[in-house]
Formats: sequence, C-alpha cells, structure tokens
Amino acid sequence: MAITSLPITIDRVRKAFGTYVALNDISLEIAAGEFLTLLGPSGSGKTTLLMALAGFVRPDSGSLVIGGRDVTRLSPDKRDIGIVFQNYALFPHMSVLANVEYPLILRKVSKADARARALTALARVKLEGYGDRNIAALSGGQRQRVALARAIVFEPRVMLMDEPLSALDKNLREHMQFEIRRLHDDLGITTIYVTHDQREALTMSDRIAVMDAGEIQQIATPSEIYHRPKTRFVAEFMGEANILPIDLLHRDDAGATISGLAMIRAESFHLDPAEIAGSKVAVKGTLSTKAFRGENWLLNLKTANGDEVMLSVPATRSAGCAGFRPGQELTAYAAAATVHSLPEGAAR
Amino acid sequence: MLDAYQDNRLSKTLLWSFSALVLLFLMLPTLIVVPLSFSASDLLEFPPREWSLRWYESFFMSSAWMAALRTSLILGILTAAVAVPASFLACFALNRLGGRTAAGIYALLLSPSVTPGILLAIGLFFVLAKLGLVGTLTGVLAGHVVLAIPVAVIVLYPALNRFDWAQAQAARSLGASWFQTMGGIILPQLGLSLSTAALMAFLTSLDEAVISIFVANGPSSTLPKLMFISLRDQIDPTIAAISTLWTVLISGVVLFFNLRDRGQNA
Amino acid sequence: MSAAAYLQDARRERRFYLSLALPALVLVGFAALLPVAWILRQSFLDLGGNFTTANYGKILSSGLTWSALGTTLALSGTTLVLCMILGIPLALTLASTSTRIANRVLILIMLPLWTSILVRTYGWLVLLRKDGLVNAALQSLGLTDAPLPLVYNFNGTLIGMVHYMLPLFVLPVYAAMRDIDSNIIRAAASMGAGLWHCVRTVILPLSAGGILSGSTIVFIYTLGFFITPAVLGGGKVNPISIRIDRTLSTFQDWGSASALGVLLLVLVLLTGAMLFATRWFLNRGTRHA
Repeated sequence: MAITSLPITIDRVRKAFGTYVALNDISLEIAAGEFLTLLGPSGSGKTTLLMALAGFVRPDSGSLVIGGRDVTRLSPDKRDIGIVFQNYALFPHMSVLANVEYPLILRKVSKADARARALTALARVKLEGYGDRNIAALSGGQRQRVALARAIVFEPRVMLMDEPLSALDKNLREHMQFEIRRLHDDLGITTIYVTHDQREALTMSDRIAVMDAGEIQQIATPSEIYHRPKTRFVAEFMGEANILPIDLLHRDDAGATISGLAMIRAESFHLDPAEIAGSKVAVKGTLSTKAFRGENWLLNLKTANGDEVMLSVPATRSAGCAGFRPGQELTAYAAAATVHSLPEGAAR
Repeated sequence: MLDAYQDNRLSKTLLWSFSALVLLFLMLPTLIVVPLSFSASDLLEFPPREWSLRWYESFFMSSAWMAALRTSLILGILTAAVAVPASFLACFALNRLGGRTAAGIYALLLSPSVTPGILLAIGLFFVLAKLGLVGTLTGVLAGHVVLAIPVAVIVLYPALNRFDWAQAQAARSLGASWFQTMGGIILPQLGLSLSTAALMAFLTSLDEAVISIFVANGPSSTLPKLMFISLRDQIDPTIAAISTLWTVLISGVVLFFNLRDRGQNA
Repeated sequence: MSAAAYLQDARRERRFYLSLALPALVLVGFAALLPVAWILRQSFLDLGGNFTTANYGKILSSGLTWSALGTTLALSGTTLVLCMILGIPLALTLASTSTRIANRVLILIMLPLWTSILVRTYGWLVLLRKDGLVNAALQSLGLTDAPLPLVYNFNGTLIGMVHYMLPLFVLPVYAAMRDIDSNIIRAAASMGAGLWHCVRTVILPLSAGGILSGSTIVFIYTLGFFITPAVLGGGKVNPISIRIDRTLSTFQDWGSASALGVLLLVLVLLTGAMLFATRWFLNRGTRHA
C-alpha cells in the first residue's frame, strides 16, 4: 500500500457548547506523515478537536485544511479520513470481512478487488483467517485490529484515533502501542492520536500536543515535553514531578541564585551524591512515607518549610531504602542539568 | 436476589403458593373459554357434555363476523404501516434533538396512552362528524394510529437511545452518505425493534374497542365492536370460538417473541 | 467561514430533525389533541352555540354525577389496593428467582396482557355467572349454599378491572425489584434482618419507584375504563365513563357529556400531578436521608 500522506493545518478553530468553550481558537500544523498525539485530561477538548477534523463537530469559527484543501464544511463521508473509534464502532450485523470491505464497496471497488484488499488489510493487522467471524465472537484486542484494518483499507491520507486502546488491559495495550506505531511507520499515514495516558503518548508520538481547557499548553517532541515542560500543568501531567521554589535547592557550585520555580522529576534524585558527576543540587527533608513498587522505591520527604518532595529510587541502587524509618532525616541530590526552571508565568 | 434467605423454606413456600394462585387468577379467564368453544350446547355448561365445532362454524359462516374480521385485520395492518414509520422518524428526531424539545415532543406523543379511551372516542366522533368521516375506515384508522404511536415510541425510543451512534459516525467516515448509513447500518440493526413495534401496533389496533364502538359502524365495524355488542345483548358462544382463536394467536406471538429473544441472547 | 453561516447550518439541522417528527405530531394532534380540545370547547357551549357554564351547572347539580364520581374513585382505588396485594408478592417471587425462570413465568403474565379485553371479559362472564365455574366450585366445597351474585355488579366489574391491570402493575414493580443489588439484601441479612423485616425496610423502599409507576398506571387507566363496567357491571355499575355514554345515547346531550369528559380529564390530570408531587417528595427524601 503506497499512500501519499497529507499535512494538516488547523487554523484558529473555536467550538463552544453553550457557555462551555471546548476549543479556544486552536491552531496547529501537522506535517505529512507525522504521528501527533493530543494528550490531555477529559474535558480538555482533545476529542472535540478530533471530531471536528472528522466532520462530526462543526467549528463555530476557524478552518481545517487537509493537504491544501479546506474541509471545514465538507461532510464526513467526503473527507477520506480513516478513524479508529474509542469502542471501535464495528458493525455487529456484519462479518469481520464485511466490516473491512465496507468502505471499499462504498467506493465502488469491484467485489473481487475489495475482497483481496480487505484480506491484505486483515493480514497487515495479523488477522488472517478471521474474515468469516462474527464481531461478537472476537476478543477486545481482535476487535481493535479489525477497527484498524477497516480504517486503513481504503488508503486514507489521514488517520484519526480516539483513545483506541482505552478498553484493553494493560499488557495488551502496551503491545498494541508498538503495533500501531509499526503500522504507522509502514504506511506513513499522517496520524492524530488522542489519549489521556501520558506514557502512551510518550511511547508512540513524533510530537505531543498537551491540551487543557480547550487550549494547547505545549507542543513538542516527547523528550522535550517530559524534560522541559513549559507550564506547571504540563510538568505535573507528564509524570512524577516535583515543583519546588528554586531557592530551596542547595547548589554546590554556588552559581547565580535565581528566584522562581524549578521542576525535578522524581527519578532524577539520588541518595548517594557520589553517583552524580558534575554540579548538583541538594534537598533536605524528613521521610514521611515510603513504598516499594517493584522496579523502584517511592520516598516522600517533607522539607523544613513544608514542601513535599517525591523520590523514585530504582531498585538496582536502593540498598538502604528497606531500612529507612519514617521521621528519618534524608538528603536527596540531583544533577544540576536535570533541574528545569519553569518559565515565568507558569505557576498554574 | 433473596439468596440470603434461601433456608427460610416456610416463607419461600408461602410466597410461591400465593404467586401460583395469582397466576391462576390471571390465566383462568383465557383458559376457560377453550373447552366452551367446543361445546355442542347453547348453554354455557362446564364441562360441556357434548363436543362440536358448531360455534367455529357459526363464526366462519357468518358474513357479519367475517366482514368484521376482515376490517380488523386491514385496520391492524394499516395502523402498523402508518404508526411505525411515523414513530421511527419521530424517535430518530428526538434522539438527535435531545434536551427540552425532545422531552416535550416525547410527552406529546405519549399523551394518547393516558387519555381515557372514552374521551378520545367521543372527541374523535365530534371531529370526524365535522369532516363527514364518521363510520369510515379512515376515521377509525386515525383513532387506532394515535393509540399505536405511544406503543411504537415506547419500543423504538429506547432502542434508538441504546444504539451505538459511533457506528453511524464510523460509516460516515468510511464514505457512507446519510441515506447509506440509515439503510445499511442503522435500520438493519433496529430490525428487531421495528418488527416488535409493528406487531405491537398491529395488536393495539386489533384489540381496540372503545374508539371502534363510537366511531365505526356498518362496514367499518371491527371485531371487538361486534364482540362488545354481542356480549352486552346476550352471551353468544360464538364469542368463545373467537376468544379461543384469539388466545391461540396471542400465545403463538408471545412464544415467538420469547424464543426469538432467547435466540438473541444465546 | 462566517459565524452567521455556521449558525444557519445548526438551525437548518434542527429544523430538519423537527420535520422528521412532524408526521407523528400531526397524527397525534389531529386524532388526540384536537378531539380533546373539541370536548373542552363543546362543554362551554349551549345548543345554540353560545358560551355557557350551564353544562357544568347541570352535571354538578345532578346526584347521578356525584354517584358516578364515587363509583369511579371506588373502582380505581379498590383496583389499586388489590393490585398491590396480589402484585407485590408476585413481583417479589419473580425477582427472587433466576432470570431464566422469571422470564418463563413472565410469559404467563404477558399472555393475558395481550389478550383482547373482550376475550377476557367474556371469560369472566362465563366464570362468574350464577351457574358458572366459580359458583359451582364454591358450592361443591360447601362454602355456600346458594350461588353468589358475582357478576353484573360492582364486584364483577372490580374482578375484571384487577385482572386487566395486574400485569401492567407487576411489570414495573418486578423491574424495580430486579434492579436491587443483591449485596444490599445480603448486607441486611448479615446485620440480622429477617426476611419480612428485610422486605419491609429494604426491598419495598428500594422498589418504591416501580410501585409508584405501577400504581399511577393502574389509577389513570382505571379512571376511564369503559368496556369492563359496561359488560361486567350489567347496567348497575355507573362510573363517569358509562355516564358519558348514557348522556350521549339516551339524552343526546352533547354539552353535558363533554362537561363530564372534562371532569374525567381533570381527574386524570390530578392523578398525574399527584404522581409528580410524590416522585419529587421521594427524591427529596432520599437526598436528605
């Protein structure tokens, strides 16, 4: 399947439901062949944006352009977009093969051709031999694959996925993340993926757009988003983040003191300063709680002025953790390079 | 539900025996007419001393009864044919509109079911009299359709609300037009509810008596109207034969539905 | 794309859906709302077509109206009480068995529901006559010497109405009981509640919504019952519906008949209002408890 993928331009798209603003003048450029994830809590507007692209939500203003063509007012059936829905939306009254053939039949592809292409698509998602099954007889993972096959079979130039893995259990979900990414790399279709799972977003995306309250908070590569969040919201949404006043940190190189907030990821902390080469910062506190999580220990420290600091110590270098007692004084160290100062005005 | 009390045998026995008596009360009047319909006697003696098919003969040989039966069947079919499509479109609109508008229209569509039949009957008689439609099939049909609409709406509205509308979106995104989505995705999956609604609309019309009594006459007289007149004047055992036929028909329908639903669940 | 164009799109879509509901609305308007409106209008007109309240004066000053009102309320009230006495234990029994068995028993309840009211009325006529099966059974059991007058009176009408309404009462009550979480009852039992105590303090309050729905259906339907009193009442039971028929067929008095119709409608509306009030009260009670 050779697919010419297309870029997408979202220009100042706005959508309000009554007084509730779901999309607040969103603008976004997506390159041809890119895998972009819209990440955010429920109600952040990510699904509304996806449904606007699909044509099911009509924006109040702004425009949606796919491959140079304005599709803002185009009806959904004319958009040629492959969509994988949250609960798959497979047609229960049709067989697996009929589901996958459906978009081809609508495009007046000959019966034999449609069958051949549907079988190829099923093979691509590793469902050879499942064509005659009933949808009701499939497991969650298999339904997911049928939904994928149905969305790619007509060689759409853009793919939209709305939390496609949310109904699967953890192991299968992680497996499917790689499969979907592999499918994307094989086909090169421009893909917009919606999820509220930050780990999923980090694993799969070329770029992540973090959304909240109908606005894009930050759009960047996974590593940039994780390590250099622009706002407190992004920092906290992306994982165990400690947001501390910078002056709380004791720097050993006595560099320029700046005021403001700093973010340090829980896993950036070390208990043994010798593990860090170069300049480092230190935080003192008393241990309030500790928990063993298998791959790491989670320790909570309370600093003298009441701030909470969370440390994640990998199991491989956590020799002393089991013996710690609540109330014990501890000092945590982090390499100065891992301290990310949040830009001004990022307090929320 | 009461598994916590499964050892309380006395209460359980009491509850079940009482329920069995209530069920007997419910079944008795329908069952009693079956042997009577095969009696050879003019008297309603039980058990009948001699058996015959004379009451079935008197039903099927009577042109008046046959005309009423035909009228009732035609009315039933027409009622379903008008009420179900109208109700389906309305329910579809309610589902898409939502909110206060939908709630208002829904209440309006159900209102005939709580309006006393006698009120609809004499009111409709007034209206039809103005239009010169008293005694016509159209007049009775209007009354039956208006009673069948609430029944059809009660079946179809929840079915449409249960429907996974993401499927319609999926079909649209795959290239189906509005009509292709309706015909290929929505209607086939609602077939069960539509056929249920049609059958219930048909039975509503077949069973309707009060409107027919006031609005129908002559050739538009329905089976229930004739039965009513016959019951009020004298107890004619022909009614036992009609009742038996009716019971057999309804048992068949109820059993069919039950088996079909069971097949659906399996 | 301008905001006005978008707004127009939304309006057009709304109008399209409203137009889909139109056929059903027109039918209901023509054959239900218009007739009721016509009755309302007719009730305020004299023979010459002038406005008058004389029709109401006439029916309200007639003893027949008041006795009809009494009969109507007595029939509806007694039917409701009997439906509760017979229906609640039946619903409880069904709810306490497996869905599979309950569904089979439900067939037996649905069967009479879909049998013609005339077939059922005929069945009761046959059963309750002086030489009918019920009297024969009572006599052979030695419970009575002479046959009891069971039909062509209030009791016969009542039996027919209870029989008609019972399935419609049982279904919502059963559905409400089926919805009760079994663990709630297990919890009550674990805290020492006996079966009857549990029924009284847990099951009945939790199925109050279903009982209320069932009761409303019974009361509203029975207020306007016509066929059953007309056949099983034998001319001696005259609720408002029968009076309307009498006023029309015997006296050709359209004005009074319409006024009686409005009286019936007011009763139905009052019952509906009571339902809303009770439901509101129930909901409020749960919120504060």
